[in-house]
Parts: sequence; structure tokens; C-alpha cells
Amino acid sequence: MSNTPAELKYAASHEWARLEGDIVTVGITDHAQDALGDLVYVELPTVGDQVAAGDEAGVVESVKAASDIYAPVSGEIVEVNEALVDAPEIVNSDAYGAGWLYKIKVSDAGELDKLLSADEYAAQAH
Amino acid sequence: MGLRTPLHDEHLALSARMVDFGGWDMPVQYSSVLDEHHAVRRAQGMFDVSHMTLLELTGPDAAAYLRHLLANDVTKLKVPGKALYSVMLNERGGIIDDLIVYAPVPEQPELWRVIVNCGTHDKDLAWMQRQAASFRVSLRERTDLAMLAVQGPQARATVAALLPDAAGRIGELAVFQGFDAGGDWFIARTGYTGEDGLELMLPGAEAPAFWRRLLAAGVLPCGLGARDTLRLEAGMPLYGNDMNDDTSPLVSNLGWTIAWDHDFIGKDALLAEREAGAKQRLVGLVLEGKGVLRAHMRVVVEGAGEGETTSGTFSPTLEKAVAFARVPVGDQTEALVDIRGKLLPARIVKPVFARSGKALI
Repeated sequence: MSNTPAELKYAASHEWARLEGDIVTVGITDHAQDALGDLVYVELPTVGDQVAAGDEAGVVESVKAASDIYAPVSGEIVEVNEALVDAPEIVNSDAYGAGWLYKIKVSDAGELDKLLSADEYAAQAH
Repeated sequence: MGLRTPLHDEHLALSARMVDFGGWDMPVQYSSVLDEHHAVRRAQGMFDVSHMTLLELTGPDAAAYLRHLLANDVTKLKVPGKALYSVMLNERGGIIDDLIVYAPVPEQPELWRVIVNCGTHDKDLAWMQRQAASFRVSLRERTDLAMLAVQGPQARATVAALLPDAAGRIGELAVFQGFDAGGDWFIARTGYTGEDGLELMLPGAEAPAFWRRLLAAGVLPCGLGARDTLRLEAGMPLYGNDMNDDTSPLVSNLGWTIAWDHDFIGKDALLAEREAGAKQRLVGLVLEGKGVLRAHMRVVVEGAGEGETTSGTFSPTLEKAVAFARVPVGDQTEALVDIRGKLLPARIVKPVFARSGKALI
């Protein structure tokens, strides 16, 4: 069974979002990393990029497949997880912790309310 | 629900991730593609390849039929059980399929074994039956047999230890050769990984027990994911990706498999193509920077033109992205690959990246 922490918000496209102040940290879910398998490459957005909720922002690739990452909320990319460039496998081993992808300074924290709860996400990701 | 091999329940018991592959329910991975890949390069792994089509050819014209059917020449097979890799061509010189043929063994001196792909099963059989009409030959499909590939530097020793009656013959078996081990078991030193190892054909009913014995002996089960990364590193083309009905062996890095001094279907088209000069070549690509190459990416070769990747992956041995690509002929050694709209530099190399546990690039 994949792990879905209750304190996070989720997008149907398998990203998670954690709000702290006006910064949202974004990653991919445990279900997503498990479905992709061994990650071998992560392409991150550029710090300073403006993204709108639902925009393609980043790509994760496993041996088998490439998967686009969609920004779960709108705002400015303020930090990316550089450690993943040389060690993408961190996403497999710690999807909700050290395997975070990037941080967005949100323009409207209310957008998080449109995301799924842990229960809602777990129900649709099965 | 797709077709199931005799080992289907074993895959489920190991919680393999199952996918559709040419109409078959097959395991794509059990644990991790990378772990499975490294197990084969460094130690041993096993693959259920029972989805492959096993044919037996008999009749007084079997050899003559195969000479006509295949671009390689079975008269090269001077030793019983010796294997030959060949393409089967249409009249235009396009590749209908690639296959392995095993020469008869003394126990069945008139029986030729032919292994073709699963995705091409229907069209192969239709073509082969059609061509058989003018020969005294009969084709029989052995759907009752399973096929297992046990691959890696330790594979032969492990199988030999499990089969004491066959151990001596396994120990002295030459590369690309097989033998009849009795009871409908045929054991060959062949594979699709670039490592030493064996392929075993055996009664489907006996396959699950033997699979479990291999598992208990420490052989890691490996899925189609690792099978693809291993064959790509080893420079082995995949039918449907790297070649098809519209590509000739001359543009598929398979010119070496053509035996020009015999007559076969498609030869006239190949001679004309060779005379005119092949327009394309199949090369290897190694991406210089980070990223992953996949099939159907646009490839730009300055001074020659554009082509396309036919297969691509992340090479676990090289820890770099590698691909096969069909590009216009030339002597260029560098290319640009279009990955999501960015042109990224790649080196053009011979299309073989790693074998026998070692990087070749």
C-alpha cells in the first residue's frame, strides 16, 4: 500500500503540496514514484519562473517512462531541489521528505483548497 | 485478459507488475528494473520468455526451405544444435521478423527449431506457411513448451548444479549452441542480454517447479523492463522498434547477417539497395549530458540530415542515456537529439554499449 500523509494536499496528477507560510513545497506522491519505478532523471523548473496551477513544471523519468510534473498552485518558483540532479533516486526512497522537487511562493493560498485531501487522493489513486 | 504463460501464477506470487505485451500478460518488473539489470550483468537473473513463438520444422526439404526463407544461410550450421540468427525478409527486402534457428540434434536429426517473436506471431506463421507450399516441410507450433532465459556470469553454473544429468554438457556447451537434454528439454547457450547464460525450452507443466528451484538457488526474477535495458546495452535490435517490414537489414545494422552467396526471398531488393548505396545507417547514440533518450526522438546530424531514435533508455551500466538511431549515411560522430524541444548533444558510436559486465563506450 502506498503512503499518503494526511497533512498534505494532492493533485489528481499525483503531485503533493505542503503549505508553510506563503511557500508551497511540491513533490510527487509515493504512489507516483512506485508506479514509475527507479527514477534516473529529474528536470526541474528554473528559479524565478512564474507558473500557473496546472502548468507543466518539471519532468521525472524512470528507466521505463517520462512523466510531466504539473504545478499544483500558481506563483513563482523560489527554490528547486538541486540534490535530485545527481541523485534522482531520492524521490523513490523519500517522496515526501528529501525527495521534494521545488518550492512555489504562492500568489493565492486559496488555490490549495481546490486540491484533494489525502483521503480523496488515496481513493482515486487506488 | 491476455494470454498467460505457464509461469503466470509464479509472477503473481512474486507481486510482479504485469503489463500487456503483444497480447500476453507479462511481468515488466518484480522489484526494480535497475536491480534486475545489475543482477544479470554481475550475477544471474531469469526471464520467462514463454511468450516467444517456438516452431518445429520437419520434412525432407526443411533445410532447403530455410535457405529460401532466411537471409542468413543454415548451411553454415555444421555442428548439431548450433544456432543461427537471421532476418526473414519480404520481397522488398523489408524485415518480416528476426529469429533464431537451431540445427537438428542427433536425437531428432530432421527437426529444426525456430524461435520467432510473439508480436509477429500471426503474420510470421501466415508467411511461413505460404512459403512452405512449394517445399516438403511441415511447421508445428509448440505451445505446450515454456521457455526460460537464465542469464548472467553465474547462470550456467547454477543451472548445471540443478540438472546433474545435463551438467557435463552444460559445462562444455559452446556459445550459440544447444542440445537435447531429454524429456522435451532443449538447453541452449543463447540469450538477449549480452551476458553468458542459457535459454531452456521445457514442458510448460514442468516450468513452475523449475522456476522455483532457480529462485531458491538465488536467481533473481527479471521482467521485460530489464530485458529491454540489457538488450539495448548489448546492441541487440528489437523487432518493431529498430526494424520493421519497411526497413531492410542494410539500414538496421544487420548487414552482417546476410549470406550473399545463396538465394533467398528479398535478395534482389537487397542487391539493388546495396548497388545504389544504402541511404541510412543504424547507429548508437550516447547523450553527453543528463536526460533519457526514448524511441522516436528527432536526431539532427549536421552535414547529413535528420533521423530518428528507434529505441532509447537510460543505461544502468554506463549511467548515461543511450539509443539506437536511424540517420542518413555519413561519417559524422556527433548529433543533436530533440528532447522536449531542446537540441541536446550526443555522440554517435557503434550501436553496442555494454556486454559481459563491462561498459564498451
